[in-house]
Amino acid sequence: MRGRVAATVAGFGGLLLVVCLVAPLVGSTPISLARAFDRSIPYADNVDAQIFFVARLPRVVAGALVGAALATAGAVLQALFRNPLAAPETLGVSAGAALGAILAITFASEARFGPLAPVPLASLVGALSAMTVVYLLARSTRRPLSTSVLLLAGVALNAFISAMILFVQYLADFTQTYRAVRWLIGDLDVGAMGPIVASLPVLLSAALLILWLPSALNLLSVDADAAAARGVHVIRVQRMAFVGASLATAAAVSLSGPVAFVGIIVPHLVRLVVGVDHRVVLPAAALFGATFLVLCDLVARTLLNPVELPVGIVTAILGGPFFLWLLVRKR
Amino acid sequence: MLRLADVSFAYATFDLRSVSVEVSRGAFVGLIGPNGCGKTTLLRLMAGVVTPATGTVSLDGEPLASLPRRRIAQRIAMVPQETHPAFDYTVIEMVLMGRYPHLGPFAMEGPADLAIAEEALEATGTAHLAGRAYMTLSGGEKQRVIIAGALAQSAGLLLLDEPTASLDLGYQLEVASLLRRLNRERGTTLVLATHDLNLAARLCDRLVLLRGGRVLAEGPTDTVLTSAAVCDLYGVDADVRFHPGAGHLVVTPVATTTGVRPGSDPGQTRV
Repeated sequence: MRGRVAATVAGFGGLLLVVCLVAPLVGSTPISLARAFDRSIPYADNVDAQIFFVARLPRVVAGALVGAALATAGAVLQALFRNPLAAPETLGVSAGAALGAILAITFASEARFGPLAPVPLASLVGALSAMTVVYLLARSTRRPLSTSVLLLAGVALNAFISAMILFVQYLADFTQTYRAVRWLIGDLDVGAMGPIVASLPVLLSAALLILWLPSALNLLSVDADAAAARGVHVIRVQRMAFVGASLATAAAVSLSGPVAFVGIIVPHLVRLVVGVDHRVVLPAAALFGATFLVLCDLVARTLLNPVELPVGIVTAILGGPFFLWLLVRKR
Repeated sequence: MLRLADVSFAYATFDLRSVSVEVSRGAFVGLIGPNGCGKTTLLRLMAGVVTPATGTVSLDGEPLASLPRRRIAQRIAMVPQETHPAFDYTVIEMVLMGRYPHLGPFAMEGPADLAIAEEALEATGTAHLAGRAYMTLSGGEKQRVIIAGALAQSAGLLLLDEPTASLDLGYQLEVASLLRRLNRERGTTLVLATHDLNLAARLCDRLVLLRGGRVLAEGPTDTVLTSAAVCDLYGVDADVRFHPGAGHLVVTPVATTTGVRPGSDPGQTRV
């Protein structure tokens, strides 16, 4: 087992490393890595360095973090709900983030909170609020979290929040609506390292929670009662899984907007390769999720050169048919 | 070994009231009674999965409530009625999960654990299935693999909830003979909840008769399993007699008794 985990991490980690090294060099303008790192050229004159450090590197790093977070969240939620079609969007956390972002775009785009831009901050707050609402609805002190209540609460919350978003958009002017629609597509054009650094504390807390879970998720995805009889604290594990996946989703969505389908495609592809044991599925999903989104973004940046598409369009175009294929394959 | 003293537990729809049961080491105890009489709840209490509202469940003198969950699971294993994993685990993966109480959230199974899992597969006659996907197995194979997973837990006490409920006659006998071998050859203590009175008569040396959340009778199978008891439990007139060929009591239902089936409330009088 240790060997399997090591091989998985080495294989997918190597792939990610290669993709992350190559991706910043590819784009509408060819650049040279040697020139970008050449200290003898002043930064103001070094176009290669500007493109590398401002346009491409943050985008690749953001892609890797968002991809890893969404894919891991998807894998955790699929185990928690014992449902292979569960996704980070299922719980309404993404919708909460969207509402927060759109409120900020419409009413507070000039506000500043220290170093944080209002839109990522508002979307983070929105996501965490949605998570709290769903959690309180499904919580009961003695019994395991009701996963069907969680799912239904997520569906209801998604519908309600969508209505709120439409309402806010109706009040918005043309420019604001345009920005809101662009945000909803999901885009990795973060423009600087600041937002990435800001999202790290949330991502790290999610990672710390999820780190405890792989073995327990195996048992839980087989049978909750049997897991309890084997010494798993079912309620505690379910709460950690829910909060961990929600935090990961919240951080990812506040960084990039809701990039669709990564949380569902990646865990399934990974299971086809490494099997279903969560001790290999979770690290593989994180690493391959990062690889996958950086690659999708590479396609988005170069497909209609020199126009750069938002990555959310590429993942959604891939994801819809993939989702249908999963449904058909299951029957 | 396992003692329930004056245990009560309430759900929204029904409750167990002051149940006292003792399971001694090496015993094979059957829990029988009508639907909703509390068999499964009693098993969950015995496994420490739920804690009683009043009374105590103790294992070798230690109250389960005072033991960490994994410590309990090292000594008590449970086999649920049916197991439907959400993902396509292989048989060996399913069985290795039985090692969790000995490993915890971070440790990974080593060669010793693999050897235990393989031995459990061997004992249940499923070694040839190790690499197969669990979901592709037949009902009888699945149940034997689940029992192998419980064996891999290396617990001295095995709790089984209707392990033969969805199996055909051939598989029922197969699982029955496996359970008997575990009891006789390995000295595993077994508690079996079942609707199948003939299975209970075949396997168990003691029976606990439950009705409406209360213990109606408890004792050696041959003295407790009578026509009167079957009538009390299920409202069925049954012929209970020793079958020389099978070597145990055999229950043949003859007719439902005239009048109302005894309800889940033991205080209710029968018409």
